[in-house]
Amino acid sequence: MAKRSFLIPGVDKRLLIKDSLKTMPDVTRRRFIAGGASLGALTLLTGCDVVDSSSADALLAKVSKFNDAVQSFIFNPDALAPTFPESAITKPFPFNAYYDLDDAPEVDGKDWKLEVRGLVDNKKSWTLDELYKLPQFTQITRHICVEGWSAIGSWTGTPLRDFLKFVGADTRAKYVWFQCADKDGYNSPLDMRTALHPQTQMTFKYAGEILPRAYGFPMKIRVPTKLGFKNPKYVVSMEVTNDYKGGYWEDQGYNSFSGS
Amino acid sequence: MSSLRVTDEQVSTTPAKVIQPAWVRIMHWINALAMILMILSGWQIYNASPLFGFSFPRDYTLGGWLGGGLLWHFAAMWLLMVNGLAYLVTGFATGRFRKKLLPITASGVLHDVRAALTFKLGHDDLTVYNYVQRLLYAGIILVGVLIVLSGLGMWKPVQLYYLVMLFGDYPTARYVHFFCMAAICAFLVIHVLLALLVPKSLRAMIIGR
Repeated sequence: MAKRSFLIPGVDKRLLIKDSLKTMPDVTRRRFIAGGASLGALTLLTGCDVVDSSSADALLAKVSKFNDAVQSFIFNPDALAPTFPESAITKPFPFNAYYDLDDAPEVDGKDWKLEVRGLVDNKKSWTLDELYKLPQFTQITRHICVEGWSAIGSWTGTPLRDFLKFVGADTRAKYVWFQCADKDGYNSPLDMRTALHPQTQMTFKYAGEILPRAYGFPMKIRVPTKLGFKNPKYVVSMEVTNDYKGGYWEDQGYNSFSGS
Repeated sequence: MSSLRVTDEQVSTTPAKVIQPAWVRIMHWINALAMILMILSGWQIYNASPLFGFSFPRDYTLGGWLGGGLLWHFAAMWLLMVNGLAYLVTGFATGRFRKKLLPITASGVLHDVRAALTFKLGHDDLTVYNYVQRLLYAGIILVGVLIVLSGLGMWKPVQLYYLVMLFGDYPTARYVHFFCMAAICAFLVIHVLLALLVPKSLRAMIIGR
């Protein structure tokens, strides 16, 4: 067995380095390793910082879970997001993603099919033409980004709850989990109560026109009671499930419920 | 706004009475910690989408990135709100607010501001707040209430839509939240500066006497 040495009594210094690496953003981590991660380099930081940051992270993650529960508790399934007149629409409505518009998925509407999986009676995949035949409604609501900015837009489509009932989804399940065509595989879980909210919409049009590529062609899920990052675009599949499958942003630390 | 005319003799002849009761001291320091966590994590969040043409220096932000800043902000908010609510309830229930902060009269404030600016405003009796203190302490409590209400409104603009309505709309609540933060920072600078100029006030906030 390798000999262990301790900088702080009871703390293995190799574990200390490993732990502290975890708390660094990717670029910093790579630079830190490239620059020769060593205890010498580590001692530049105070021992207190190194040890505390991982325990602080654990505590923050716990509080975020608690905040999920609080938000779920105060969520009123009948409370509607405010709607606005057409004159209030933000023009141009911003394109927003973790990539540039040039890297946005280019989905061929003719080949595309929406896959429906999990706890549903009818697992048939849906073509765009079939989806377009479902009853559609328009709503003008405020999109609020996790970054703080907001913009008002007009979205048209089918209430998700109507679709879920139509395909015989088990609405007692906990989540509807969306997978999307974004690069690096965006996905996101939506709690069932929010999925059944009257304003949660399978969106096919923006401002009365077929959803453009920038806003998520061929289908977006518009959830006015969630922050923007929980509004999937370029949707490929939906799965009704009791398992928490994580999400692109949720796994990086954004609060999972992130409700409005 | 303060004077250094206090002498050792006055301190030693003053009977050792409690200037700041324990509950005030405990809540004051919990609030100080919560406020600093909220401000530094709030600056991180601000930087993700600045309202104005500047960002806060990265070294003075908490969380490393937006996601980390949000985790801190929505954790420290409980500390701030629970402590703040307990402070308000105790402050009203014990009559401390009424006794210490009232009355606030325009003539009193004018008189004390003039006295402070000419370095004639004394702090002989720390148990009695002058009019400038009363105005600032009452004002900062009000700002504290506003920043929590605007923050809650932004956190839950649908479930707590009436809070957003109170400020007009969501973007306005964001500006209110920002300017309350700015007011608290300005207060903090003056408050710390004056506490250092009158060290026995700092001592009273630590050991009570």
